[in-house]
Formats: sequence, structure tokens, C-alpha cells
Amino acid sequence: MSPAPRDPVLRESGGSDPARRDSLDYLFRHESGRMIAALTRVFGVHNLALAEDVVQDALCRALEVWKLRGMPENPSAWLMTTAKNRAVDVLRRERRARAFAPELERLLESEWTFTPTVEEAFGPHAIRDDELRMMFSCVDPRLPEESQVALILHILCGFSVSEIANAFLSSTAAIEKRITRGKKVLSSSKRLFELSKSADFQARLSAIQRALYLLFNEGYHGSCTQDLVRVELCREAMRLAALLADHSLAAIPSTRALLALMCLHMARLPTRVDESGLLSLLTDQDRSQWDSELIAQGQKLLELSATGEHLSEYHVEAAIAWCHVTAPSARDTDWAQIVSLYDTLMAIRPSPVIALNRAIAIAQHEGPERGLAALRAIPDRERLGAYPFYPIALGEFELQCGRHAAAREHFAAALPIARNPVEQRFIEQRIVACSSQAAPGNYH
Amino acid sequence: MSEYLFVYRGGNRAALSPEQMQQVMQKWMAWMQGLAEKGHLKDRGHPLDAAGKLVTGRSKNVTDGPYAEKDLVGGYSLIEARDLAQAAELSKGCPILERDGSVEVRPIMQM
Repeated sequence: MSPAPRDPVLRESGGSDPARRDSLDYLFRHESGRMIAALTRVFGVHNLALAEDVVQDALCRALEVWKLRGMPENPSAWLMTTAKNRAVDVLRRERRARAFAPELERLLESEWTFTPTVEEAFGPHAIRDDELRMMFSCVDPRLPEESQVALILHILCGFSVSEIANAFLSSTAAIEKRITRGKKVLSSSKRLFELSKSADFQARLSAIQRALYLLFNEGYHGSCTQDLVRVELCREAMRLAALLADHSLAAIPSTRALLALMCLHMARLPTRVDESGLLSLLTDQDRSQWDSELIAQGQKLLELSATGEHLSEYHVEAAIAWCHVTAPSARDTDWAQIVSLYDTLMAIRPSPVIALNRAIAIAQHEGPERGLAALRAIPDRERLGAYPFYPIALGEFELQCGRHAAAREHFAAALPIARNPVEQRFIEQRIVACSSQAAPGNYH
Repeated sequence: MSEYLFVYRGGNRAALSPEQMQQVMQKWMAWMQGLAEKGHLKDRGHPLDAAGKLVTGRSKNVTDGPYAEKDLVGGYSLIEARDLAQAAELSKGCPILERDGSVEVRPIMQM
């Protein structure tokens, strides 16, 4: 058998070139969001289902052709052209019978303007704007936050209903309901949200920031056991935040602060779980493993965000994250500064989880007794009832005070509310520690 | 070394998410690459569109597809192998089998 010549198509598909590979990860997922956005602009939001069919069709074609022939030189362009050609067919066939985007209606009627209009809509610049406009459309004020997040994941990030349910430890039926209702609300407006300076724009921009923040947090702190899924949620949130930060109207200081916050947290992601799969405390994390490039990027964004007079919760959280990633060790962290940042955060957006983190910082700064006092002073701490890190923090501080029996009781109370095996193993390990020596901990 | 035609049939493609589709595609690419590296891939072949016409009998009666999805030929490739047994063995790596599809392995008759 003579050695086969290396297959040119496969070599072009990126094979071992890491830079190329990276851009091909999640290609279908990202392109589906871009295609839906572009198609919805042309078809009108009320034809969202039609746009989804066209996307599904284009992805199926790509799968069938590429699996045998290999990837084309520019897979994104290939997909977009396929979607555009399908769109042209649909528009020509149905323009008498169906109402498409109202602002394009007249342009699509005449043969003179038909082709340039479609070409323009599928140009790279238009698509970027369409993606943003779709993001703004998804955060419709008539929808609750969790539906907005689910819609963004579904439409812009190509997550199926079951993938979202898996990521949020929710039932498929519950997510299905959220998405169906979300799409109904979306379809009731015919056109995508207009990106222009208006009061509505500002309100929706904050809603998007919030949705992306929640999405990121779900990935970073969430309860899903599959690390891969969680990293994906973080990456998607970052990708969309970067898209926002790249648009002249949306790149306000709080947007940059949000992206800074994501970069600074992501930098620590690889060390949150140690080699044996155990949750690793901030104090124990190998700081040399933190991603210095992301830290630098986060720091730059944080500097850029320090303008204007509005101090957002993202500014404060990014500043806290920055204190952590730039400290040489847990001991040499500026805990006083962190406590004061938490005070500010509590004033801007009070929540029991933030109060819990504040108490942990107080314990680091002023000792475990003060930490315990702060924990017990959390006003609505009953809302932390299902959150294992409240009893864990109580246990940890008791342990540091040398009261092993009390510590063990708190850890034992945390065990039944552990949300996944990783947390469970962590708590079991702390219970064992109660019988041996005390070990300090911090749960950021 | 003899040549064999791999005919890919069926393969459930219902309700895959974009990510799942990409994973299926990547499995195919890895499989094809493996065949190519070992010198078994004579010709990558072509995918076939699901639309089609069926012309039958002396009356040359023309009917549209569709055919039942499980019978639908989705594509073909040309494989080089020592014998039919080896060709069949090679086909076992085809990802279509994981999705209820089949690979028909047929020796090409030579002059």
C-alpha cells in the first residue's frame, strides 16, 4: 500500500493548528446565532420560526457536505451564503403571501432593489449589528430575567432546550415553557430592536448586562456538575459581553466593567477544582496557574471603565476580583479594601450572597469571631437556606475558633443541601478536618 | 488491493442541536482522516441531496422522492482494502452507525 498523499481538504480544516481549531470550536453554535439574527432582520421577528427552519436547514446541509468533503476554506461564509440563498428562495416564493420585515417590504418588492437589499443584510457589518439587535430584543421588559437568559442562550448561542435545562439543572418542560413564551413575546414585535440612543435603549442595555452577568455566574458558581458545560456558559457570556463592548453605543463604562469582571474571574477558572476533582479554596489555589493574559485584559478594561459618574455593581465586583488576582497570596491580600468594596456593593445591590462573601472577607481581615458575628447579622439569611456555603462558612469559622464540635454540626447541616458531588466531597472533607487540625478557608 | 464502494444510508438527523451537529461532523472528519492516513481512502465521494426523482419501468414513470429516511442514500465513498472482510471492518468506524444508519460495502468489479 503506497502512503496516501495528505488530504488537502482535511489539512485546511485546521487539524493541528491550535489558532485555527479554536475558531472552529462551537462554530455551528455561534453561526446559528448569527444566521438567526440576520434572517430575522430580513424576515421580520414575527417570522422567527421560519428563520429557525432556514438555519436548521443550512446547518444540516453543512453537516452532510462537510462530513464527506471536509471543511471549506471559510466555513462561516459558506454557512452564511447557504442561509442567504435559502432566504432568497423563501422571499421570492412567499413575498406575495407573507408579510416580511416592514422596513424592508418595499425594497423586497421590486427586482431592482431586491438583490442589493438581501446582500446588504448579509454583509458582515449588518450581521454584527443584527446580533446585537437580537440581544436587545431578547431582553424584552415583559419577560422575567430567567426567560431573557434562556432566550439569549437559545437564539444567540444555539443551545437546545435540553442543553439549557442541563446547564441550569432545570426540567426540560420548564425551559421549554420559558422559551415558548419568550418567542411569543418576541414575535409580537415585527422588527428587531433599533440600536439608537433612547431611554429604552439604556434600560435594555442594563437588562442585557444583568442577563450576561447571570449567565456568567451560572457557569462560574453554578450547580451543574459538568465542568465543560459551565465553562461554555462563561465563554458565551464573555463573547456576547465583548460584542457589546465593541459597539459604540453599548460600550458604556459599566459594560466594560462587566467584561473586566468576567476576564478576572475567568483567569482563575482553571484552579477552582484541583487535580483530584476537589473544590479548591482561594487560599489553596496555585496562583501561578492563573491566566495572566486574561488578568491583563481585565485590568485594562477596568481602567477604561473608570469614567463617568455612575458606579455600577460590575465596577465594584471587578475591583474585588482584581484585588484577589493581583495579591501574591491569600495572606497578602488587601482584605480591608475588599471589605470596604463589599460595603459599597451592599449599598448598590444588597443580596444575602454578597453579605455572605462580605462576612468571609471580614473573617480574613478581623478574625473568625468577627466573621461569625457578620454571618449571624445577615438580615435575610433565611434566603440562604438552600445555599450550602452559608453553613460551610459557619463551620469554617467555628473550626478556626477551635470549636470542633460546633463546626462539625454546621458542616453536617451543609451536606444534605450540597448541589453536586464536587460540593459533597468538599463538605465530607471538611467534616474529616474537624477531627484533625483546623484549616483556614475562603470561598471566593 | 481492491476497491469498495461505501454507500451511506439513513442516519437519524432529527432534532440535533447545533453543537450536536458539529460533534457528529467532527466524528465523520476524524473517521475519514483515519482512513486517509492509512491509505484506504481512494475517493472521498459525495453527499447526495435528499430531493430526487425515481424513474421506473418501461412506461418510464417518474415519481418524486421522498423515500423512507432509513433507505435514503446520503452519500458514498470509494475505499481501498485488502479484501471484503477488511473493507467491512473499516466501515465499522463510520459514525452513521451510531445514529441508526447503515453502510453498504460493495466490491467494485474490475476488468
